Amino acid sequence: MTNNTTTRIVAGLAAGAAATALGVGAAAADFPDRPIDYVIPFDPGGESDVTARMQEPHLEEMLGVSVNVSHQPGGGGAVAWSEFQGNAEPDGHEIIGINIPHIVGQPLQRDDAGYETDGFEIVTWFHFTPNTLIVPADSPYESVDDLVEFAQENPQALTIGGSGTYSGNHLEVLRMEEVADIDVTYIPFTGTGPLPAAILGGHVGALMTNSMLGVQMEGEIRTLAVASEERVPALPDVPTFKELGYDIVGGTYRGIAVPEGTPQDRIDRLREAFSEVNQIIGEEQEPLGFIMTDYGGDEAWEIVDQVFNNYAPFLEGADD
Amino acid sequence: MDLLLAAIPQILQPHMLITIFVGVAAGLLIGSLPGLTATMALAVLLPFTFNMDALQGLAALGAIYMGTIYGGAFTAILINTPGTPSSIATTFDGYPMAKQGRALEAISAATIASVIGGLVGVTALLVLAPPLARLAVTFGPAEMFWVAVLGLTLIASLSSDSLLKGALGGCIGLMLGTIGVSPVGGETRFTFGIPAMQGGVSLIVALIGLFVIPEILSMAARGRAALTAPADMSLERFNFLPVLRKVISKPVNIIRSCVIGQIVAIIPGAGGNITSLVAYNESRRASKDPESYGKGNVDGLVASESSNNVMVAGSMIPLLTLGIPGAPPDAVILGVLMLHGLRPGIELFTESGVLTNGFILSMGLAALMMLPVGLLGGRLVYRSILKTPHYFLIPTILIVTILGTYALRNNVTDVLIMLGMGVAGYFLRIIGIYAAPIVLGLILGTIAEQGYTQTILGGMADAVPQLRLLDNVLSQILFALVILALISTLLPRWLGRKRGTTGPGTPPPGNE
Repeated sequence: MTNNTTTRIVAGLAAGAAATALGVGAAAADFPDRPIDYVIPFDPGGESDVTARMQEPHLEEMLGVSVNVSHQPGGGGAVAWSEFQGNAEPDGHEIIGINIPHIVGQPLQRDDAGYETDGFEIVTWFHFTPNTLIVPADSPYESVDDLVEFAQENPQALTIGGSGTYSGNHLEVLRMEEVADIDVTYIPFTGTGPLPAAILGGHVGALMTNSMLGVQMEGEIRTLAVASEERVPALPDVPTFKELGYDIVGGTYRGIAVPEGTPQDRIDRLREAFSEVNQIIGEEQEPLGFIMTDYGGDEAWEIVDQVFNNYAPFLEGADD
Repeated sequence: MDLLLAAIPQILQPHMLITIFVGVAAGLLIGSLPGLTATMALAVLLPFTFNMDALQGLAALGAIYMGTIYGGAFTAILINTPGTPSSIATTFDGYPMAKQGRALEAISAATIASVIGGLVGVTALLVLAPPLARLAVTFGPAEMFWVAVLGLTLIASLSSDSLLKGALGGCIGLMLGTIGVSPVGGETRFTFGIPAMQGGVSLIVALIGLFVIPEILSMAARGRAALTAPADMSLERFNFLPVLRKVISKPVNIIRSCVIGQIVAIIPGAGGNITSLVAYNESRRASKDPESYGKGNVDGLVASESSNNVMVAGSMIPLLTLGIPGAPPDAVILGVLMLHGLRPGIELFTESGVLTNGFILSMGLAALMMLPVGLLGGRLVYRSILKTPHYFLIPTILIVTILGTYALRNNVTDVLIMLGMGVAGYFLRIIGIYAAPIVLGLILGTIAEQGYTQTILGGMADAVPQLRLLDNVLSQILFALVILALISTLLPRWLGRKRGTTGPGTPPPGNE
């Protein structure tokens, strides 16, 4: 299926490229003509960074210029995103990593986020990591139903850890509370780094985290469910929430954006390169728990709208 | 054991030895530049390892890590500026030693302490990894809160001339730590509507601002660099063996510092930033002559430098066994493991045991190589700082500092914050409020806040959630340590005051 979609997309791109070649042939041929700056708005070592490192050599090969990955962490990504929307040149040589739900949630929830969700041109969402509900291997909860049953009988007593506040993990817990009609206590940690210690040390009862941790900690933990439409390739035995009767689908999309006003043919060229890179690094990323995607153009914005509709009720209440 | 033996020949190949040597040298250079941290060194040099096989790549990064943490000691000793946050405590005695013309002695002592610390960490990683990893996960939010509070009691002993001024400095640090996105709750605080402030005051920015800028301002005000050449240069020539004897003649100090370094290293989130501070404080408290600390006592320097180099390999214990980065640079190493398709866990020690043991051994080798690299490099840096006239030295340091601050997050706001804090720090220093308590408040405030709120959240269903802070044995022990630390520093002071004497005031470490 992925292959089909990609073939279709590549074919479409080729047609598009051919069409633009007639009009602005020179512009497309000249791009890129200098190194590309690829900004990661998070610390080195995280998923965004690891992915960029995997992409870097292949991108260089495909685009024929060097790709410089740099980090600008702070404010959960907001420092880099506001800086980028304010200062980056819209010529396709400056690209930045973007994440959902971050770029949807922060502008809604903060007065001074400094950037707008629709102030980006999204090149592509290149992969997705669904939220995953994890309990320790010796936990009394064998299934999502067990956990929900306990939470219904003991309001606020069940603690669920995750990365950040109003992050993908947090919003999913809020959604689960609504869907399953339970009241749990969400405990935010700084990033995914401290989460293994939190669950192994028994500091939280469960984790709502990304699918990679489920793969990484296999054996020490039990993964109860994943919040994707279909099962995660690296976790074939773990049911989706939907299979279990809970309408919970969500997680983190990672992708690439350029500033508003970047010429369309350059966006297409970048997207083509990222799609091809995805094919190569997918072999390394899927076993780690990622789901490879390739959503550009209108499809990319549909994803944004979908996330917005799912979580906006929680986010708009966040000011209070 | 077989795996260990199988790893040895792989490490002892010429290309591996060269890789480790170059890694240590590069790390040392980067670490000695203020603002360039171990995390950044690893991130920047990572692409160079892409063409290497897994073992060589990891060995290179381990060597760079080791070299950076050690390199931070040079600037700490020579210009009173911690090159990395791990060497804050190194300034306390290292800089006074340098001012007394004992810079080379300090560098030699730091080198020896770092080598010993590095080797201890490697040994712990080889031998004790599984049991220590279990200890790492017992530190939950409540324990982290008490660790942070314990760290804050350090302010009392760092500010023996005026507790009030020390506490004031600590409060300034605590307040600076609240700027930005709150760790729990997600709202932005004290950003004054400026988007770039969402990132808060980075520790490194504060460190550079509060340590470097006041130092070069006072260098400029005095019209000369602070270092004095020893009266007789020949005395400095072969000081290695006497220093070695001096350092190992106090084995208790080294063992204590290494044990502290190892324990703090495995606590996720604490990392090297506080290992050296805690080790320094304990060394001072245990000493028969605590008054000499902060005035150029080599024991303080040894405590700081041995404990922070234990951390390099020591913090890999939770990383390699559980996938928990014990210190920020470890997150980069975790990324590299993932790039090579290696999953943290016990399999790393069994299935990929040769690789893992090779990596661990290479860090031991890197620790040993710090000896020649450090002694030569240290001498070189010392000579050049000593011989450079202050009117070249001051602008050079300033420019390197500004570049380093900008490179940290590619953010101009950081440079402005750094310069602002530097100027403020200069005047605060004149009225007796020093950089160390401010930085301590900044580091520990965030940890304490997060630990407290997470603990309280965990007890939401209880009648009194605050009781969760003392819920288990480890947090009770830590609480007792906090009380003990407060009594042992404050009681003598109060008793002294009762007797009508003001007690012999020690100037706080790391200042004039």
